[in-house]
Amino acid sequence: MAQFNLPKNSQITQGKSWPAPAGAKNLQTFRIYRWNPDDGQNPRVDTYLVDREDCGPMVLDALLWIKNKVDSTLVFRRSCREGICGSCAMNIEGQNALACTMGIDECKSPDNALPILTRKDKDGAIRIYPLPHMPVLKDLVPDLTNFYAQHAAIEPWLQTDTPSPEKEWRQTPEDRARLDGLYECILCACCSTSCPSYWWNGEKFLGPAALLQAYRWLIDSRDENTGARLDNLHDPFRLYRCHTIMNCANTCPKSLNPAKAIAEIKKMMVEREV
Amino acid sequence: MAPTARPTVAQPLSPHLQIYRWTWTMAMSVFHRITGTALYGGTALVAIWLVALASGPAAYGWVAGFFGSIFGKLILFVYTWILLHHMLGGIRHFVWDAGIGFDKTQRLSLARMTLIGSTALTVVVWVVGLLAR
Repeated sequence: MAQFNLPKNSQITQGKSWPAPAGAKNLQTFRIYRWNPDDGQNPRVDTYLVDREDCGPMVLDALLWIKNKVDSTLVFRRSCREGICGSCAMNIEGQNALACTMGIDECKSPDNALPILTRKDKDGAIRIYPLPHMPVLKDLVPDLTNFYAQHAAIEPWLQTDTPSPEKEWRQTPEDRARLDGLYECILCACCSTSCPSYWWNGEKFLGPAALLQAYRWLIDSRDENTGARLDNLHDPFRLYRCHTIMNCANTCPKSLNPAKAIAEIKKMMVEREV
Repeated sequence: MAPTARPTVAQPLSPHLQIYRWTWTMAMSVFHRITGTALYGGTALVAIWLVALASGPAAYGWVAGFFGSIFGKLILFVYTWILLHHMLGGIRHFVWDAGIGFDKTQRLSLARMTLIGSTALTVVVWVVGLLAR
């Protein structure tokens, strides 16, 4: 049975309010999850005020602004600042996103949320948490060990029996086109950590990211190990814990559709039986 | 490669249900579970009615009287909605199992239609039922 509450050591306490920048006119409030492995305390949420006139348009700009000008101890991952490395994946205003491609104004107006169940802070604060239901290493940095192990488990490389050709493995343009919408995945973990099935069964269910990658190799015309790949997924948990909740497709910052990829795998499972 | 620093304290679990923004599809998935569970109770209502019917006029009169009361009707009205909502949810999942209806606008409208459709159908069933009496 899934545990819906947070364990005792994970319950969030009131944090500190950092002072407003001097002379700023256009302020945006941010509430950010903090946890320090060294002080032995529970996680807390700190409040920061960011001067919009002095800060770039993206949520990552605001985080860097805070780190540079207010609180240098704030920890988060980031690298490319253009949505291709997947490092700055986090939960922004209740939805997983890349901080570098999510605009500060944009995150306040979600397009697929259920209005009556959407709670907003009275002061219009933007709330930022680590990716959901993950062990936290520090502040906004989750431990992705299990997530990467699941990616490794689907053996994401070309597997063939025929001897390698002299040059590259050839593929028709049509076969190549079937990989579109799959190869673009940057493994940011937004989708898997948005999935309630993954929250409750993350140890056994591979999750949308690994399954999208699994489908990417299943559908590759050059790969010759389709049968064994399907055998490996034929399991009540690994594949079939997907209940088409669709949070993965709703949240993917690259607009990919892991839910559809999983449905295609389920179809392949049936098709090989009949 | 340098050895990875090993955490010495119990890592907290990041918040999930507490903070995640409800999407239409997520809410309808949860509704499908809840209505599916509630149908056990609904089926018990049908069973009670059938057992009463088989037991004779006295028992049936009592059960029919209860179902005919305002409170009984309210329970049956909610049961109708639960049944129809779960049925439409089942059809939605059937569509998805066929591999269609996954695009952004399609999945959103499928989820919305489940709620709107079940509410509308419940009203239709009751209006027709009460008029035909």
